[in-house]
Amino acid sequence: MSEILRERQGQVHRKGEAPFQLDCEKPSAAGSVSQRACVFCGSRVVLYPIADALHIVHGPIGCASYTWDIRGALSSGPQIHRLSFSTDMQEIDVVHGGEKKLKAALCELIDAHHPKAAFVYATCIVGVIGDDVDAVCRQVSAEKGIPVLAVHSEGFKGTKKDGYRAACDALYKLVGTGDTSKVSPVSINILGDFNLAGEIWMIKDYYRRMGIEVVSCVTGDGRVDEIRRAHGAALNVVQCSGSMTHLAERLEERYGTPSLRVSYFGIEDMSEALYDVARFFKSDEIMRRAQVLVREELARILPQLARYRKALVGKRAAIYVGGAFKAFSLVRALRHLGMKTVMVGSQTGNKKDYELLRELCDEGTIIVDDSNPLELASFLSEKHVDLFIGGVKERPIAYKLGIGFCDHNHERKEALAGFEGMLNFAREVYGTVASPVWKLTGTERARALEAGA
Amino acid sequence: MSANPAGTNLATTNPAAESTHSPNWVSTRNPCKLCSPLGAALVMRGIEGALPFLHGSQGCATYMRRYIISHFREPMDIAASGFSEASTIFGGGPNLRQGLTNVTEQYKPSLIGIATTCLTETIGEDLGMMLKEYLATEEGKSAPELVHVSTPSYSGTHMDGFHAAVRAVVEQLAEPGAAATVYRSGFVNVFPGMVSAADLRYLKEVLRDFDLRLTLFPDYSETLDAPVLDRYSKIPAGGTPIQSLRATPSAVASVEFGRTMLRKQTAASHLESAFGVPAHRMGMPVGIRESDAFFQSLEKISGRPTPMLHAAERGRLVDAYVDGHKYVFGKRAIVFGDEDLVIGLASFLAEIGISPVLCASGGKSGCFAEAIAEVTAGCPDEVIARDGLDFMSMGELARGLAPDFMIGSSKGAPLARELGVPLIRVGFPVHDRFGGQRVLHLGYRGAQYLFDLVVNTLLERKQNSSPIGYSYL
Repeated sequence: MSEILRERQGQVHRKGEAPFQLDCEKPSAAGSVSQRACVFCGSRVVLYPIADALHIVHGPIGCASYTWDIRGALSSGPQIHRLSFSTDMQEIDVVHGGEKKLKAALCELIDAHHPKAAFVYATCIVGVIGDDVDAVCRQVSAEKGIPVLAVHSEGFKGTKKDGYRAACDALYKLVGTGDTSKVSPVSINILGDFNLAGEIWMIKDYYRRMGIEVVSCVTGDGRVDEIRRAHGAALNVVQCSGSMTHLAERLEERYGTPSLRVSYFGIEDMSEALYDVARFFKSDEIMRRAQVLVREELARILPQLARYRKALVGKRAAIYVGGAFKAFSLVRALRHLGMKTVMVGSQTGNKKDYELLRELCDEGTIIVDDSNPLELASFLSEKHVDLFIGGVKERPIAYKLGIGFCDHNHERKEALAGFEGMLNFAREVYGTVASPVWKLTGTERARALEAGA
Repeated sequence: MSANPAGTNLATTNPAAESTHSPNWVSTRNPCKLCSPLGAALVMRGIEGALPFLHGSQGCATYMRRYIISHFREPMDIAASGFSEASTIFGGGPNLRQGLTNVTEQYKPSLIGIATTCLTETIGEDLGMMLKEYLATEEGKSAPELVHVSTPSYSGTHMDGFHAAVRAVVEQLAEPGAAATVYRSGFVNVFPGMVSAADLRYLKEVLRDFDLRLTLFPDYSETLDAPVLDRYSKIPAGGTPIQSLRATPSAVASVEFGRTMLRKQTAASHLESAFGVPAHRMGMPVGIRESDAFFQSLEKISGRPTPMLHAAERGRLVDAYVDGHKYVFGKRAIVFGDEDLVIGLASFLAEIGISPVLCASGGKSGCFAEAIAEVTAGCPDEVIARDGLDFMSMGELARGLAPDFMIGSSKGAPLARELGVPLIRVGFPVHDRFGGQRVLHLGYRGAQYLFDLVVNTLLERKQNSSPIGYSYL
């Protein structure tokens, strides 16, 4: 297909057409309008929800402006994370170095906001002009008596995944510095949920009902002191494995804490997550509570889901998300609603992820790594899609073609995790697909659908 | 009155206001500005068949796309050369060449508009030279038109990037004598600055009604506010035709908005000094007075009186001002955002009897305070004008000012909430409300829209805060 650049041909696969082989984990092709961001973005999304920490971007203003309060990551208390702080480097700082400015900025902001810790994000040019951000962080930490952590997130130093790593490295430095004497042996850390629209509160409540203590949430509704005690938990439960596996691995290596990979999206994955955690603790009581919980929740939502399913059965969906693990859950959740996934892709999946996706999907499904608007648009048209699921950059592609869209990214304000989230998801999918506006759009697509394409 | 030569936070129309000077913060806290390549990317989107391209890290393009999409709700493709560690050390030439070749193959643009970023400026990439080298290669032979602009993010704001791009494109494409192929009769260049899609459409209508042909640049009125499509178009239809941009030196005049631009080297000043195209430079036509200046210029250029339709709109507007004056008189507003829009809005508010008690911008052209003083002359209340300001400093100043409302972009929403006053959303970005691209700010028609909006906002506030909730006001 002409929309796919030569150097990207290996990153697109149609299930059933050829032996499975998908290139991934490559830098984006130059000039390709990749939907990916950069190292800084990866670090920023992971650390952003820590609500009682100061987040300061060291660099020119753009990186701070574009990430100011754009996410649905909620806090039950402090809101420092929703403010945007920057050293706003000027030409003179580029010439003479920005260390002094960074130090002064950190000191005045710590004095004004009394955070429990500070994260300093080094952006592109900081790496180039050679500011010693670590040294400044050490000095300020000593002066102000709080952890001040450098996050080495220079945009050009890799992909978003490298940003996740840099964030995990910063978090790792916090863990192990708190008192764990009162932590229960039946306890976990929730890794990789960012409390979009309050999701982590639902998940925490499930664990509470099972009798499990949640020591820390990394990083949804996150608190510095909780993260400092995270090494006391018996288990790390990891969602969004792309961003958090590195931290889980380092914690296992250092503290021997095992980890479990879960997803809270969709009924199957949500239930399985609770059962997996129950199984880990080898307690009949915890398992019994998990079963009761799942039964209660399902009894509440299944009848409502069935109503949506009736309207959605046979509809065709496309998925393009950041991490592949979310894509698995979405394929399953859509299947539960009677919908068929005809295209699925991610920005940062690895070989194993794509292999799993292939197993999960039907024949003919397009599987794609690190796609771009032109490819996505052509896939949507080719597959006569009714619903596209992605983030804010994907939305206008669908809308321009007169196709329904659901936001499943960090900016959303709807809780989509957990049992309640599945119901919200079904409601949103229904509200999207069933809207009468599609009768006014895409005449060509309507004809194709009528012809049974 | 002139701006403080040191340039920091000192601009004011009244020396007494110095006492409210906020402490000088080193950090920027909740910025009231974006970085310069964003403005350049927006300009490039306003050229027909063009694709914006950033020479820098992948993230810059992605963040700016996301930001622009959140306002316009339209596809906004920006390509990037996608820097890696190796390109940062050894230079981004190979990435730039590969990127341009890929973009050419995939998008088949008629022009690629390339802007630099902080990264490429810091490592000292010579974009002009690199493009020249690229054009000499085998692949470069099939390249479309290439224009480039230097937009280091550590210098200025998105507005500086915007103006720099307008000027760079005009300078690089201008060809004396190219006019005859575009229009048979005389035409006018219009450089409106960063205005809404609705503003751009309005300007085209006004010029047409004056029987003037125009080259409006940039023109993203269609590329960023397009109809739904059956087939995805790689590059949306619309934009200033490249041929028209070549012909700018043959225009009978240039019209350029923005009081902060008056003494600067701009697209219009360049065309005047290099090709003798008379430049009509004026404030952004927001409100009656600034719009009058615009319409007078068009009368002069066209040799015709203002067409009936627009004269009638002015008449209705004055009538509305009369009908609504009691609702607005003596009210106090905080106006914030891009300097020239703030100046226009301050002028509009002052002429209807509202005091723009704090006029603030993250930009720093050096001309802000003087311009605010001019357009608010005679205002009964003290007017504070501050450039280079962020929202937290704005908040610290605002608390003592007892404002009735704020007017500016969505970024003021947290402050408005904190102050407990309504926010009237105008400018860019509007991403917590719908239809920001269709907000009309300019001319008599825009003033009518703004006036209705301001009056209704104040009435709603009065109604909601009344213990009995009038149903007739």
